[in-house]
Amino acid sequence: MGDPWGNHDWTCDLSVLLTVDGLSKAYPGVIANDDVSFSIERGEVHALLGENGAGKSTLVKMIYGLVRPDSGAMTLSGAPFAPPEPRAARAAGVAMVFQHFSLFEALNVAENIALGMENPPPLRDLARRITEVSEAYGLPLDPARLVGHLSAGERQRVEIIRCLLQDPKLLIMDEPTSVLTPQEVDILFATLRKLKAEGTAILYISHKLEEIRALCDSATILRRGKVVATCDPRKKTARELAEMMVGKVLQQTKASGADLGDVALEVRGLSLPPATQFGTPLRDVSFEVRQGEVLGIGGVAGNGQDELLAALSGERGTREGVFLNGQPISKLGPTARRRVGILSGPEERLGHAAAPDMSLTENALLTGHVRENLARNGFLDWRKTRAFAERVVNEFDVRTPGVSSVARALSGGNLQKFVIGREVLQNPDVLIVNQPTWGVDAAAAAAIRQALLDLAGQGSAVVVISQDLDELMEISDRFAALNGGRLSEAVPAAGLTLDQIGLMLGGAHDMEPA
Amino acid sequence: MITLERRPEPSRMWQALTPVLAVVLTMIAGGLLFALLGKDPFEAIRTIFWDPLFNPQFASYSRPQLLVKAAPLILIAIGLSLGFRAGIWNIGAEGQYIVGAICGAAVGLAFYPTEAIYIFPLMVLAGAIGGTLWAMIPAVLKIRFGTNEILVSLMLVYVAEQLLASMALGALRNPDGGGFPGSRNLQQYPSAANPELIAGTGAHWGVVAAFIAVIAAYVLLNKHLLGYQIKLTGQAPRAARFAGVRPNVLIALCLGISGGLAGLAGLFEVSGPAGQISIDFNSFYGFTAIIVAFLGRLHPIGILLAGLLMALTYIGGELAQFMLGIPSAAIQAFQGMLLFFLLGVDVLSNFRIRIKPKQVA
Amino acid sequence: MDLSSINPLILLASLMVASTPILLAAIGELVVEKSGVLNLGVEGMMIVGAVTGFIAAVNLDSPTLGFIAAALGGALLSLLFGFLTQVLLSNQVATGLALTLFGLGIAALMGQNYVGIRAPATSDVPLGPLADIPVLGPVLFQHDAMIYISIGIVAAVWYVLTRTRAGLILRAVGESHDAAHALGYKVVRIRLMAIAFGGACAGLGGAYLSLVRVPQWTEGMTAGAGWIALAIVVFASWKPWRALLGAYLFGGITVLQLNLQAAGLKIPVEYLSMSPYLITILVLVIMSRDRTRAALNAPAALGKPFHASS
Repeated sequence: MGDPWGNHDWTCDLSVLLTVDGLSKAYPGVIANDDVSFSIERGEVHALLGENGAGKSTLVKMIYGLVRPDSGAMTLSGAPFAPPEPRAARAAGVAMVFQHFSLFEALNVAENIALGMENPPPLRDLARRITEVSEAYGLPLDPARLVGHLSAGERQRVEIIRCLLQDPKLLIMDEPTSVLTPQEVDILFATLRKLKAEGTAILYISHKLEEIRALCDSATILRRGKVVATCDPRKKTARELAEMMVGKVLQQTKASGADLGDVALEVRGLSLPPATQFGTPLRDVSFEVRQGEVLGIGGVAGNGQDELLAALSGERGTREGVFLNGQPISKLGPTARRRVGILSGPEERLGHAAAPDMSLTENALLTGHVRENLARNGFLDWRKTRAFAERVVNEFDVRTPGVSSVARALSGGNLQKFVIGREVLQNPDVLIVNQPTWGVDAAAAAAIRQALLDLAGQGSAVVVISQDLDELMEISDRFAALNGGRLSEAVPAAGLTLDQIGLMLGGAHDMEPA
Repeated sequence: MITLERRPEPSRMWQALTPVLAVVLTMIAGGLLFALLGKDPFEAIRTIFWDPLFNPQFASYSRPQLLVKAAPLILIAIGLSLGFRAGIWNIGAEGQYIVGAICGAAVGLAFYPTEAIYIFPLMVLAGAIGGTLWAMIPAVLKIRFGTNEILVSLMLVYVAEQLLASMALGALRNPDGGGFPGSRNLQQYPSAANPELIAGTGAHWGVVAAFIAVIAAYVLLNKHLLGYQIKLTGQAPRAARFAGVRPNVLIALCLGISGGLAGLAGLFEVSGPAGQISIDFNSFYGFTAIIVAFLGRLHPIGILLAGLLMALTYIGGELAQFMLGIPSAAIQAFQGMLLFFLLGVDVLSNFRIRIKPKQVA
Repeated sequence: MDLSSINPLILLASLMVASTPILLAAIGELVVEKSGVLNLGVEGMMIVGAVTGFIAAVNLDSPTLGFIAAALGGALLSLLFGFLTQVLLSNQVATGLALTLFGLGIAALMGQNYVGIRAPATSDVPLGPLADIPVLGPVLFQHDAMIYISIGIVAAVWYVLTRTRAGLILRAVGESHDAAHALGYKVVRIRLMAIAFGGACAGLGGAYLSLVRVPQWTEGMTAGAGWIALAIVVFASWKPWRALLGAYLFGGITVLQLNLQAAGLKIPVEYLSMSPYLITILVLVIMSRDRTRAALNAPAALGKPFHASS
């Protein structure tokens, strides 16, 4: 080491930008970060790898000044760094692109960008600079458009440009590719490489191994809040990285290989106006699913997934176009649809699939009362309801002190297992789920996927709407893409390449400024 | 530095304790208020909370008053609590109370001077229907146009007050009243009167109705799917829609039931304790019931207790006004304070309060 | 009936006087709602403003000091709401109702020795030759200072909301408190400031009732003006100049029905007195019919509680 003072001290190394030394942060009942240390050099793309709940988000929030560490220290460019608030972090040259965008839908692009800057120029000058920077980095954007009207990919561009306008030394990106098509991912990577070449360090958070191997120079791997390894991801296989991240070899889900039966669910020419101002309309959606078949529906967030689920679950009224086993069911509401055998699991666990402050027993009643006969003449049979909830908890390995715990006290993975289990145990003819493993730890995700495959194996038709293409390729028999409220023709999933899927998802069509 | 930390589950202990804590805090703050007014705070608190029930000099008069005052409060609050639980805010119960009284009294007066057993039941029906229809105005506007029910139901209170004035001066005015405003006294018309059922208790038909309402609401909320749907809609509207709850039906039901119960309360009042339709017939019960509903944590049994407590502050307030010269407005402020404290200390059931030493940055 | 007894000039001039209390309360509430907070306690803050303003003006023999006291009183009361909803995270609807009930009580208590006293007179602003212009002079230029100040407040609110960074931040907080928090804005502090501003405006509105419009103190004298102000914010689609329009329209109706009462129209007085409330309902219905248009300007986080969990 070329250290003139002869002591091992990262902060004296001029090439090092950020050091994190022994950061710890505890929340009630959970230690989010436990003595985390690593360092990032200038011009380095550094991966922070870990599964959901490993403590990645808490760690970057501490670097960005949103959360104060309980103990530990950081340095930036050799100077002590302890940002009390994001403003201080930004002033020191740290910028962040959030996973759930910190954008305001009813404000336009320029206003959104101005809000993320310390001393923004007047809006007219800012708009000009936005156009300049966006062209320089190949990220076209119209400063005057309302953010609510932008696609997920375009919204991310707003966040990135907001960061770039501040000439950051360190750019933090939290799961940036989860909302992008494969083609858009390529464009993002090109932008990031350009930044790297200019000397900007990038802290890249992800659980997608192939991406990290393609982009990053080094990786810090977190598991349950602790650093388990630091390595060069290009020299490891994806499998090695996965084992370090999860800590055990995961069982591969296995398809049931059931024979396909008759058409269970058929949708013909389904159109639906958007529910909210910034929603997506469904346009002439048609598909069919057979008994024993898993149909995967891919798409980038905000392309009509919620609307499709609402139209099929019966939450949004449909006039025509939905058939179950050949019978029209378009006019039925959610309760009547459950009675005839079509069940669903929405994306949002808390507040949509389950009521946060109600117990698991009460949440079992939420969708279960029709098919499980939990009410007679409207009078509730709490004993039977409790037994049903306990059955879901036992059969789906939901970790909870008991069925009287409220839903929000459960971890994401456990609640999702409960929600999926609640529907699966009701033996649906058709089950539609949206983002079934979103934000769920790897073990729970594997269990949920297996449960869906097993359900199909018993002869039910399963529709999985997801943004996780790996997941869809793993479990689907056929694949269709949702793009701008339109559904593509469903094609056999086996043998599809990432490029083909990307084009089905709309490629990078919104790269032209609107 | 004091921080709030969300509890993983709401604390049942604090949910039960917070109303008691709020009452204690209100007594302390109220005592300070009375002291500011130059009254002895301890004497004032004793006069309001103790004397009406236990002072031999007043108790014989005051005790029956407790049920008389509590009945309309409980009846209205039970109705309101259903809507509040579902996130449907009917705050115009005062108007529905007035219209129920007008409709009920009008039916009774229409039969005057016929004496028949069916007259009072018909009046009860008319009172309930009148209150329901008045509440259906905000319900229909909300369902059909998405109009804010808070503002509409409240505006209709002022409309109902004008309607009351017009009725007392016009259509329902006592033709034998020598031109004075106000209707005939229904107390003096046996077929239309709502008398004290058991002498010395204050119990009239309204008290009976209030008890039935408490029991019915308890069964509805704990044993029936509709009660579950009401709770679900209030806690997680999207989940309720997913569960198959039809929001419009719920809006109509909650507003309709609360309006009907408020109308009943008005009818029992006009045919009983008040006796007649007069310009100042309404007595803020419709608004005080909002406090009762919250103080009872929107729970039927809680509302029963809260209604009795609030009735006590009314009676004790009158006593304090008479004995100590404490203005009636002080009691109103006192009741408002109670709601404030309750909403404030409620934080304890959902959050844990942590005191951390301030970190040195 | 004698409609000729209604002088259109006096009608127009008194329209501004009748509208100003509601305008002041509405513009304050507009700012509060733009920050994402629904304060239903406008009625309570108005009446407390009315009584504190009256007491201060009578004792200090100065309407100006009365208005200042009213603004302070309204702001103080609103901060009680702010503390409960922003710090203790209580339900905004319930707390707003509590504020109104408490305000009505405390105001009655404070004002009991002031019933029947006349407020010190508020003089018109000497606008010199402008006041002598025929027709326009008496209608527009013979008023007390508060009328011009209220219009000034509307203009200032419009300017700040649409043209300044402070306004942008306020709108951002009302749009998504989570996003604003993630960017490092102090959501609670910003909302508390908005709430206090709303309280001060409501207090001024109340004081205008007790010091200029009536001008004396009577219990419950706001008679729903605070609720009408809330309705006007909806009518205005959260736009300051439209709040002015709404308040003046409403003031016009009030003045007109009062004049019709005085003129002895054959409709009973009670039904004329109902009309402002019925028209408010009608306006709310018309505004809410087109849901998407109203939604465009409605703050997305309106009424939602914010707790910084991280």
